[in-house]
Amino acid sequence: MVSLEEEIRQEVYDALMGVKDPEIDTVSIIDLGMVEKVNVEGNNVNIVLLPTFLGCPALEIIKKNTVNAVKRLPSVGEVEVEFVFHPPWTSERITEEGHKGLRAFGIAPPPQHFEVDGSWHVDCPYCGSTYVTMENIFGPTACRSILYCKSCKNPFEAMKPVSTIM
Amino acid sequence: MSSGENVLSPEYKKALENLLFQLADDDFLISFRGSEWLGLAPHIEEDVASSSISQDTMGHAAMFYTLLEDLGAGKADDLAHLREAQDRRNSVLAERVNGEGYYMETPKYDWAYAVVRNFFYTQAKKVKMDSLRQSNYKPLAETAVKVNMELYYHLLHWKTWFIQLLNSTDEAKRRMNEAIELVMKDFGDVFSYGDEKTAIEQSGLIAGEDQLKEGWKSNMALPFECVAMKVPDIPEASAKNGRNGDHTEELASALTTLSEVYRLDPAAAW
Repeated sequence: MVSLEEEIRQEVYDALMGVKDPEIDTVSIIDLGMVEKVNVEGNNVNIVLLPTFLGCPALEIIKKNTVNAVKRLPSVGEVEVEFVFHPPWTSERITEEGHKGLRAFGIAPPPQHFEVDGSWHVDCPYCGSTYVTMENIFGPTACRSILYCKSCKNPFEAMKPVSTIM
Repeated sequence: MSSGENVLSPEYKKALENLLFQLADDDFLISFRGSEWLGLAPHIEEDVASSSISQDTMGHAAMFYTLLEDLGAGKADDLAHLREAQDRRNSVLAERVNGEGYYMETPKYDWAYAVVRNFFYTQAKKVKMDSLRQSNYKPLAETAVKVNMELYYHLLHWKTWFIQLLNSTDEAKRRMNEAIELVMKDFGDVFSYGDEKTAIEQSGLIAGEDQLKEGWKSNMALPFECVAMKVPDIPEASAKNGRNGDHTEELASALTTLSEVYRLDPAAAW
């Protein structure tokens, strides 16, 4: 027998699948690994999110979109969204589904491994070629880098790997 | 986050607040100086990179101000914008202008100075964050873990510039050496806790000044080896110690500019 709170929690998670990164509309905040916890008490919901990068201006928009998406659920009363910093968000939190969504947007998912010198490598999200060059570790947003594919001649972006071992 | 707030002793809380003001004001001012470079960096990729670093760093300042807000020191935005120069606890290095001129006109900013100041500062910050990861104040330790991940890219960036320019043309070497001299003149209070030295060092919040200085020097050994130079000595904190609220005129003018909108309309959306 599933409790009412458990049912609400499930509904909230389903709703959160519809909350996308404001700049990458193919990836939900769940697949980005930003949702740490959903607490339900009675019909009140508290959602704990992890910020990707601390200075990211999209955080406030994500917070607002999250509140709006969950408020819409008829079974939900009060909605509270908070950001916490522990555990820290790392790029390994992005799910397989998230990787697919990033590629569909033309962004290479973050690599899982670093070289011994701290550098890293991704393949082209368009043609899959490994013949790519790093143009700029920093990109249009805090979490992205700019690369160029020498095979299909497309510039592309990559999600920066961040990890606690750095 | 207020768990444990009730059990902080008044001495500990004072040391903690003081340390947080030093960390917050440092990042706030240096990222403001970084933002003045927007559109002026040597090439477009650098403009993207250094403005991204400034944005991250402003985010770090916001975190430290928020920790202060959680301690009841006031609203984070107010702490950032409304405190007068004499109440600021940043290092003098962080407040220095980028060079001659005003960014809205035709400034003559010095890229060598930007590279050296940011590299030396970022390495100092890295040493502090590594120490703060073991801080006995958990919210600060958790913030340091987060900051550290972003700092990795900042440090890599400035180190790359530093080594390349010092291995470049004679003009580049000359200007870099002049910049090193200028930055080191202001480096005395970077690792200083000012009048709060004893309180902060006894608090278990962060390592002592000397240990941090040693950490900086040993981390600098390799990049300096790459350019066949010796790591410069860190001077003693001068009488003008930013940690005690002693600042230059340059801070006052920075504060006037950066808080202009907030003072006009604190509710303005950005």
